[in-house]
Amino acid sequence: MTWKSSTYSGWGRVLKATGDIARPERQSSLEACLTDGLLPACGMRRSYGDAALNNAGRLIDMTRLDRLLDFDAETGILEVEAGALIGEIAAIFAPRGWLPAVMPGTGMATVGGCIAQDVHGKNHHHMGSFCQHVTAITLRQAKGVTTVTPDKTPALFRATAGGLGQTGVILAAKLRLIPCKGDVMVVTERRIDGWDAFLTLLDQSTATYSVGWIDATATGTALGRGILEEGETGAGLVPKRVKMRKVPFDAPSFALSSPVVRAFNGAYFRRVPPTGRTVVKPISDFFFPLDKIHDWNRLYGKRGFHQFQCVVPLTSAPALRSMLDAIAASGLASPLAVLKRMGPGRAGYLSFPMEGYTLAVDFPNGAAARQLIARLEGMTVAAGGRLYFAKDSLAHGAEIAAMYPELAAWRSTVAKADPDHRLMTDMVRRLNLRSMP
Amino acid sequence: MTETWIILGATSSMARAFARKVASSGAAVLLAGRDTDDLAHLAQDCTLRGARLAEVLAFDARQPDGFAALIARMDRESGTLNAAVFVGSMPAQSAIDTDPALIDGTVTDSFTGPARFLHALAPLQEARGGGTVVGVGSVAGDRGRIGNYVYGAAKAGFHTYLSGLRNRLTRSGGHVVTVKPGFVDTSMTWGIPGMFLVATPDAVASDIWKAVLKRRNTIYTPFFWRYIMLIIRHIPEFIFKKLKI
Repeated sequence: MTWKSSTYSGWGRVLKATGDIARPERQSSLEACLTDGLLPACGMRRSYGDAALNNAGRLIDMTRLDRLLDFDAETGILEVEAGALIGEIAAIFAPRGWLPAVMPGTGMATVGGCIAQDVHGKNHHHMGSFCQHVTAITLRQAKGVTTVTPDKTPALFRATAGGLGQTGVILAAKLRLIPCKGDVMVVTERRIDGWDAFLTLLDQSTATYSVGWIDATATGTALGRGILEEGETGAGLVPKRVKMRKVPFDAPSFALSSPVVRAFNGAYFRRVPPTGRTVVKPISDFFFPLDKIHDWNRLYGKRGFHQFQCVVPLTSAPALRSMLDAIAASGLASPLAVLKRMGPGRAGYLSFPMEGYTLAVDFPNGAAARQLIARLEGMTVAAGGRLYFAKDSLAHGAEIAAMYPELAAWRSTVAKADPDHRLMTDMVRRLNLRSMP
Repeated sequence: MTETWIILGATSSMARAFARKVASSGAAVLLAGRDTDDLAHLAQDCTLRGARLAEVLAFDARQPDGFAALIARMDRESGTLNAAVFVGSMPAQSAIDTDPALIDGTVTDSFTGPARFLHALAPLQEARGGGTVVGVGSVAGDRGRIGNYVYGAAKAGFHTYLSGLRNRLTRSGGHVVTVKPGFVDTSMTWGIPGMFLVATPDAVASDIWKAVLKRRNTIYTPFFWRYIMLIIRHIPEFIFKKLKI
């Protein structure tokens, strides 16, 4: 059967949609799905909110169109179908000395999804965003298939990069891979005692890859304590990663209650000795630590969860500290909290990154968490920062418009690319992204 | 030893996953199927995953006249010749009940077409003193059920054929693996209600590849289907005939 009627959700499992999904396994069966007109496409639905949902409509699941099409070992340019997973590309190419230039925090994201969200990784401060390393995108539009490049079709490229799939169905793309030494990471982990020390170290870090885990439950002088991880690729032999674990059922709500999280975070912090340490691990363990636990989103139980992720300019660091204060005081955070310094690199009109600091914190879904996130969103606007479409499930259109100065340019390009509004998703509707003000 | 695999019905997702295992082992892979445009993509994919050679060949289980060209192409490769059969078709039983002529096509796709191909290949494998055949059957072939007994009968015929072929090829050092998958998450089962314990094509392909390396005779994949089918096969007929499972 072509169409499967399903009720489905994003990774956060709070927002849901009901509708028919097709999952073509060949380009010809994809074409057959599009004979009545374009439809929005999705990948692995690793976006937390409703970016990949189309309630009461149809959706194309691209995950079976996942083949590697071409690789040029001279230039490092890899052409792949949109459904290919970033983790799979890394696993195949790292032993041969190549890596995707930018990899998000999960290897389970598809290339199409990485383009549609213009994702960033632990090397954003050096390498910029995902689409800055995309040299061409094969796009299926209403008229047919077109090739979009940053040079020849700059407006369409900028509307497609981070463009939430609104310019067409992404069929394939050419990615510029970067050389790496091998499929091993040499990682230095350091304990950081508090907020100011954390920012100083992030500013000073010269490592190729860096990311900070932050204890979002620590208050007082310990506010902002955490672990800074800095990594470089290397060659050598490390034990293969352990067998993937599965979360077999929805966890009860006390699993992530405040005392449990506090205890977990304390132990996680002390895991690294006070003097720090350097460890060697498989590349996937460093880039995709959570992929080891299949369906980890079920740890939040049936109610689901939200991730708040914002970026604020360097000068707004004090505002970010106030946000962390509010989060720590609320006692609502889960152990998943990340602090990173970002560079200016971005490729699209709606790309998330800006030079500054980004903070991401998970919260089990609940009224108190939603209120807190609404407050944090207000603080983000006031700080001149912005929210990340890949994570958001709660924001409002007016806030988003204030955060994305190039929204108008995106709108007019998208209006030409999809004049019949065939590609709208729940997120686009919720945030009024395509309606002219 | 240089290995060459021909994959019949290579456009299916299970076959694709298996072709990728073959490719990563460095063997040559000949991708045979009807949608040759689509297979060209898979050939590229296999090459980039490490296949010594990846080539597309036109194959239609209902056109046995075309088989000789495929066998001749295989003969041009030196070393061990292997074949994996993923072809088959499963029209809804209700469609067959309306149009019994569909039985012919179902049996050709799932049994006699592949059997004719394997029969033509067998002398070559015997002459070279080895080679593995993977035949993908189905748990549906273990017992005739009201829901899809034409498909089941075709697969049962194929199982018996594979058993005989194993008996024959083993004498010259060859081997046959019979694969009986349960529900697999493919385009064939997409959207069909009542699916449970569904396995990914990748998991099935891993099981098949392990079975090839260990020279297993018959595998169920995922493994627990062996026990499910053990029970189903042992339900006495006077009870079974009244069941709707």
